[in-house]
Amino acid sequence: MVKLKVKDVIFGYSGTNILENVCFELGASELVSIVGPNGAGKSTLLKCIDRILTPKTGCVSVEEKDLREMGRLEVAKTLSYVPQSTVRVFPSTVFDTVLMGRRPHLSWFSGEKDKEKVWQVLELLGIEALALSSFNELSGGQQQKVLIARALVQETGVMLLDEPTSNLDIWHQLDVMEVVKKLVREKKVTGLMAVHDLNLASKYSDRIIMMKNGKIVAIGSPAQVLTSENIAAVYGVEADVSIQAKIPYVVPLKQLEAF
Amino acid sequence: MGEILKNPVAAEKAAKGKNARENSGIRAAYQHHIWKKLFFMVFLLLLTLFLSAFIITIGPLDLSVWEVYHILYNELLVLLSTLLNLIFPNSFEVIETPGNVVWDIRFPRIVAGLLAGFGLGICGCVMQAVLKNPLASPFTLGISAGASFGVAVAAVLGVGIIGGPYLLVGNAFLFAMLCSLFIIGLASFKGATSETLILAGIAVNYLFSSLSSLFQYFATDEQLRLIVSWGMGDLAAFSWKNFPLLLVIFLICIPLIYLKANDLNLMTIGDESAKSLGVNANEVRIFTMLLASLLVATIVCFTGTIAFIGLVAPHVARMLIGADHRFLLPASGLLGALLLIASDAVALNIISPTTIPTGIMCSLLGVPFFIYLIVKGKRKEFW
Repeated sequence: MVKLKVKDVIFGYSGTNILENVCFELGASELVSIVGPNGAGKSTLLKCIDRILTPKTGCVSVEEKDLREMGRLEVAKTLSYVPQSTVRVFPSTVFDTVLMGRRPHLSWFSGEKDKEKVWQVLELLGIEALALSSFNELSGGQQQKVLIARALVQETGVMLLDEPTSNLDIWHQLDVMEVVKKLVREKKVTGLMAVHDLNLASKYSDRIIMMKNGKIVAIGSPAQVLTSENIAAVYGVEADVSIQAKIPYVVPLKQLEAF
Repeated sequence: MGEILKNPVAAEKAAKGKNARENSGIRAAYQHHIWKKLFFMVFLLLLTLFLSAFIITIGPLDLSVWEVYHILYNELLVLLSTLLNLIFPNSFEVIETPGNVVWDIRFPRIVAGLLAGFGLGICGCVMQAVLKNPLASPFTLGISAGASFGVAVAAVLGVGIIGGPYLLVGNAFLFAMLCSLFIIGLASFKGATSETLILAGIAVNYLFSSLSSLFQYFATDEQLRLIVSWGMGDLAAFSWKNFPLLLVIFLICIPLIYLKANDLNLMTIGDESAKSLGVNANEVRIFTMLLASLLVATIVCFTGTIAFIGLVAPHVARMLIGADHRFLLPASGLLGALLLIASDAVALNIISPTTIPTGIMCSLLGVPFFIYLIVKGKRKEFW
C-alpha cells in the first residue's frame, strides 16, 4: 500500500531550482533514507513534503489525500518532522518540549490524556527520567531522542527526520537509529530521513534514495543504490563497496580528479 | 536475590517493579513542579496585594493607617452607590466626600503602577518570545523612543493629531504605534529574521533619539523641561480620568495575548518547527506583536519611558518558574507590577517631600537586583 506519494515536486528561489521533478512513493511501515552530497536538496525535500516550504509545482499526498488541500493543523496531524537539534534561546523542560507535539490535537488546555501520551512516549524511548531536565542541558543524542519523542506524540503515520545522527558519536548514532527502527517496526510509522553516513543508511534502511543537484539519481535497496559507480557519479569519490552481513559497506578511498 | 539470579522471569519482574517505582517518582516530581509554579503565582499575587496595601499608607503627608483605610472605605462606598445608582436610579444616597490625598493621588498612582508594570512585563515577555531574543523589549525595539519623539514634537511645535489636553499623550501614542507598525511591517516581510528585527529596532531607537535631541536643541527652557521630565518616566501623570481607556485596552489585549500562550511556547523552538507542529509562526508573531504594541503605546504615552520593566520582568520570571508561557506571562506581569510599585514607593518617599521620577528609581533599584540574579541565579531553564 502506498503511504506517501511525492509527484513532480519542483522547488526553487527566483530563477534557480533546488528540487527538480522529484517523484517517489513510500510504502506503509517502510524506512527510507535520502543520501547525497551537501546541497543536493535532501533537507529542502523534507521541508517541501511537510509544507514548511511551499513547492512551485507538484503534489505530495499521504494515503491519497493531497496535502495542498489541508490546513496547517491537518498537515501536522498527518506528517511529523524531526529537525536537527539546535541550542534554544529559551529552553523548556523535556516534558514541555514533548508536550508541544500535542499542539495539533489540543485546544488551549492540555488535558490529562495528552500528558499521559507524553509519559508513554518518554517511557518508550527510555528518557522519562529526563522529563524535568532543561532541553539545553541534554547531550546531543538525548536532544535528538526528545525531538523524536515530540514528533511521535503528534501521532502521525509518516515521520520525516533531518539528519538525526549528525554530530553524534557512534554509540549514540546506533542508539538513535535503533529507536527509529523500533518505531517503524512496532508503531508502523513510515520513516523518511536525510542521512550523510552511507553505512548507517545501508544498515537501517529498507530503501535508499540517492540525490544530486535536486534530482533523484538512484532509488532502490541499499545493494542496488550503494554501488561504486553511483558513489563515483554522485559524490566524485572512488569507493570500495563490499558486502558484509548481507548489506553493502562503503569505504571511501580517494577523491576523483575529474569531478 | 539468589532466586532472582536463578529465575529470569523473577528478575524481569523485579526490574519492571524498579522501573515502575522510578517512573512514579518522576511523575510525582512533575506534579510537584507544577504545584510549585502555581504556588509561586499565588505567592506573587498575594505579595503584590500586600505591598499595595502597605504602600497606600505611606507618603509625604503624615496619615495614620487607620485614617487611610477609613478614607478608602468611605470612597469605595461612594463609588459603589454611584454605580448602583446607574443601574437603579436615585435609590442610593451619594455622600459627597472632600478631596483627599489617598483617593485622588495615592490610590490612582498605585493602580497605575500595577497596570503599567503588569502590561510592560507581559509585553516584554511576548516580544522576547516571538523574536526569540533575550534583548527584546519595548525599549530596545524603539517603541519608547518613538513615544519620546512624539512628545518632543508636541512640546516644541505644538503639532499633534489630537489637540487640547491630550496633545502630548496623543502624540506619544501615535509615534509609539508608528514605530511598532514599522517593526511589524518588517516582520511580515518575507525573510526578515528575528535578528533583523532587533537590529531594525535598535536603529529606529537611535533615529528617534537623535530626532528628539534635535528638537531639544531648539527647544525653549520650558519645553525642554517638559520633554526631559517625560523621558524620565513617571506615574504622576495618571489620574482617574485616564483609567477607562487604559482598562478597555487591557481587557482587549491581555486575554487575547494569553490565549496565544501555547503558541508562544512553540515560537521559541523556531519558525520551521512551529510550522511543522501546525502553527503559522509569522501570523502569531504579527498578531501578538500588534497587541503588545498597542498595550505598550497606551501605557508609555501616560507614564513616559519606564524602560527597564519590560526587559527585566520576563527574565526574572523565567529564572524563577521556567519558560512555559502559560505561567510565564502572568508571572512576568506580576513581577513587573511588583517592581514598578515598589520602585515608585521608594521614589516617592526616600527623600520626601521631594519625589524622584519613577523611571529613574526603577532602573536604580532594578539593575543591581538583575545583575545579582544573572551572576547568582540558577542557570537552568533559561538562556
